[in-house]
Amino acid sequence: MEWETVIGLEIHVQLSTQSKIFSGSSTRFGAEPNTQASLVDLAMPGALPVFNAEALHKAVAFGLAIDAEIGKRSVFDRKNYFYPDLPKGYQITQMDHPIVGKGQVEIVLDDGSTRTIGVTRAHLEEDAGKSLHEEFEGQSGIDLNRAGTPLLEIVSEPDIRTAKEAVAYLRKIHSIITYIGISDGNMAEGSMRCDANVSVRPKGQQELGTRTEIKNINSFRFVEKAINHEVQRHIDVIEDGGSIVQETRLYDADKNETRSMRSKEFANDYRYFPEPDLLPVIIDHDYIERVAEALPELPAAKVKRFMADYGLSEYDANVLSASRAMADFYEAVVKTSGDAKIAANWCMGELTAYLNREEIEVSASPISADHLGQLIQRILDNTLSNKIAKQVFEAMTQGEGEPDAIIEARGLKQVTDSSAIEAMIDDVIAANPKQVEDYRSGKDKLFGFFVGQVMKASKGQASPAQVNDILLQKLKG
Amino acid sequence: MLDKTIKQLSEGLAAGEFSSEELTRSYLKAIEAKNPEINAFITVTSEQALAQAKAADAKLHEKQAGPLTGIPIAHKDIFCTQGVRTSCGSRMLDNFIAPYESTVTHRLAEAGTVMLGKTNLDEFAMGSSTESSFYGPTRNPWQLDTVPGGSSGGSAAAVAAGMAAAATGTDTGGSIRQPAAFCGLTGLKPTYGRVSRWGMIAYGSSLDSGGPLSRTAEDAAIMLNAIAGHDPKDATSMDRPVDDYTSRLNEPLKGLRIGLPKEYFGEGLDSGIADVVHQAVAELKQLGAVVKEISLPRTELSIPAYYIIAPAEASTNLSRYDGVRYGHRCDDPADLEDLYKRTRAEGFGAEVKRRILVGTYALSAGYYDAYYRKAQQLRRLIKEDFQSAFDQVDVILGPTTPSVAWKVGEKDNDPVSMYLEDIYTLSVNLAGLPGLSVPCGLSQGLPVGLQLIGNYFDESLLLNIGHQYQQVSDWHQRRPA
Repeated sequence: MEWETVIGLEIHVQLSTQSKIFSGSSTRFGAEPNTQASLVDLAMPGALPVFNAEALHKAVAFGLAIDAEIGKRSVFDRKNYFYPDLPKGYQITQMDHPIVGKGQVEIVLDDGSTRTIGVTRAHLEEDAGKSLHEEFEGQSGIDLNRAGTPLLEIVSEPDIRTAKEAVAYLRKIHSIITYIGISDGNMAEGSMRCDANVSVRPKGQQELGTRTEIKNINSFRFVEKAINHEVQRHIDVIEDGGSIVQETRLYDADKNETRSMRSKEFANDYRYFPEPDLLPVIIDHDYIERVAEALPELPAAKVKRFMADYGLSEYDANVLSASRAMADFYEAVVKTSGDAKIAANWCMGELTAYLNREEIEVSASPISADHLGQLIQRILDNTLSNKIAKQVFEAMTQGEGEPDAIIEARGLKQVTDSSAIEAMIDDVIAANPKQVEDYRSGKDKLFGFFVGQVMKASKGQASPAQVNDILLQKLKG
Repeated sequence: MLDKTIKQLSEGLAAGEFSSEELTRSYLKAIEAKNPEINAFITVTSEQALAQAKAADAKLHEKQAGPLTGIPIAHKDIFCTQGVRTSCGSRMLDNFIAPYESTVTHRLAEAGTVMLGKTNLDEFAMGSSTESSFYGPTRNPWQLDTVPGGSSGGSAAAVAAGMAAAATGTDTGGSIRQPAAFCGLTGLKPTYGRVSRWGMIAYGSSLDSGGPLSRTAEDAAIMLNAIAGHDPKDATSMDRPVDDYTSRLNEPLKGLRIGLPKEYFGEGLDSGIADVVHQAVAELKQLGAVVKEISLPRTELSIPAYYIIAPAEASTNLSRYDGVRYGHRCDDPADLEDLYKRTRAEGFGAEVKRRILVGTYALSAGYYDAYYRKAQQLRRLIKEDFQSAFDQVDVILGPTTPSVAWKVGEKDNDPVSMYLEDIYTLSVNLAGLPGLSVPCGLSQGLPVGLQLIGNYFDESLLLNIGHQYQQVSDWHQRRPA
């Protein structure tokens, strides 16, 4: 049977506010346990939450970035459950009246096609603390530094059909939140976490299959693997005559499998009700306007501008604007080099390949945008062939300095003196009479052989264009 | 000296008739003598009190004193006081030394008051008799076998017995006004949002209001001046200007429109109370007030609405008492669930458990619409009743309670009959309005309270009426034998 997969993602984004969502404690990552926990975070008797205006601003900015309805009146609710890292015994979140309503984002798939994924809502809530189980024999430690860190939970519609689409959607959200600067998006530190709701159904069936929720997936790679694994598990269970139990599952990256955390039958009754310690958040049109004015250029607008101003294809424009860091890097390369197309080729080609190989972000690139721009200048002014330029690029990654210094030190300057090239060609023709005869009697393919010989003689430094021209003339005889 | 009002004591201090230290020592002596019998105080902070008194005397000496400088008062043990046990009348917090100061106690300390100690209350303010306290019941100084009312019964008994000049209380469904009525005092529940809740241990967050219990309306005004006002630490505290609540005390009542809700004078009202309240109405008429009957048709519904909303909020407010970070923790928990279950089973008393259960039930999936949502709808209707009443009158008047103080232990096995005693006070909290109770007579030898309900932020008017009434009556000067 042919199966269709239905996926919805819940993404938790830590907002990069100075202080927590309901207290004045710092949100800095990595401090000594419980050094960033105030009376409010410790849920002292009589302590009260006060809503952080910066968190509101960031949430509204996100709403505007995905073209969503903004809740003019949003309400905080208490979600009640007992856990040691939840000091109040309830989490302050938003249930019926979230700050961000329906919106959507467009994702681009590997084949260049696009899809629109609906965002159901995004709401503000506070993060819990952390339970530390390792360091305490037979006991658990509680670190409340993270308790009260502002989160934006972004809930997608079940519009996603493959694990690859899920990753593309997650990357898109990542790109938006980092573009507009509401989060550092650092998945390793937990600034962005993802739960995936997965179900399968026979292709063509309208009704949704029973879903399972995979909790707390913390890298792009794991999202794809976890979903693929879970989809296959669903299909295997159903095809074996079994049925899927609605439950929460945990992805184990080491074993590449998911396992049951708790089933729906034991689900908590969270007893949501409006948080009486906080007033409803009322925002007006002027407020939304002010947030909109402060928004930086968004990915979609950037793609359009890259296509219009730099003549890039939609695919290239999308790749280059996928992250704000890459887009900014690319634009700096364009500025120095003066050639948008070649700059695009280098950023998407050599540079991206290198970054992927080294598993580093563009922000950590050892080659500055300025140096890459200079390298391209040397191609444009015929100092370097493309091939030699790649050698210089390699040297730049090794920290050998700016392109001109490398070219000088290694003597890589392209030979453009036509008398020198002519002499080399004469030598090659003289040394290969048989091949010359064959070529002249119609074996056109041998042309490549002669080019190769000349380039070899020049140690790759002869200008390929000139070699071509002169060789063509000389071989005509 | 111990019977004097804040106003009188302040004048005595300013004139150098006595020092704050002398005054404080007298109160501490009275506490030592009377508290074993009355049990108004959970904690007496003698050392701190004397230190504050000395500081106040220095201010008085420098002529830098305000109206509260050097005045010894008591705080309901629901307000966090830094470095001092803050128990909320519960075993759960018996070992809890507050690491910070509530806004109310902070502002009163800044105003120069001397804290004598922390007063008894129904556990977590849940009750109308101060019998549910972990520290045992407080007795009514008027008749020791009766209750002082609650939940601020310790504060009321302390002031009534001359163990403090005034005290703080909190009022979620009548917990300032009813004990004030039972003990012959003036008690003010301010508009919700007028007094900060920061550091005031939550019972029903949307209903809780801090306020004063004092001998006179004038004293209540002086206290309110110190504690009222916006607090950025409490999101529900209102950012609007504060009156000088003493400034309108002497305005004449001529033309004042008083509404008597017929529902407050119907079945269930003790006839002795009805009599003295009607007498008080007659005296207010003499002062020029115009009286008319009005209707608050949803009065009766305030009981079910309140006993859903308050327990619902309480059930989650009290979740933080889990034995993990502070307060009571059971011995040798086997695992997390055991820790939770035994800590809470041991730490909370019967009434608190009852309300947690009721509240949890009311918020549960499948019951929310039938209970909590419906109660909120009732709450809106009750507010509307008041709003249409205030279209016709300036103030609403009635008895504070349907009966006088009952015997200790009388309602032990019948919590619902105690809930019904809150009939005249609950709707004021549900609507968020200010309410003032002033003594207006005796019934069966016990004090009766007259309740004045004002429109939002109309505390000045209530205090004005209370003060004018106290110029022509002497019930506020009566003392227990």
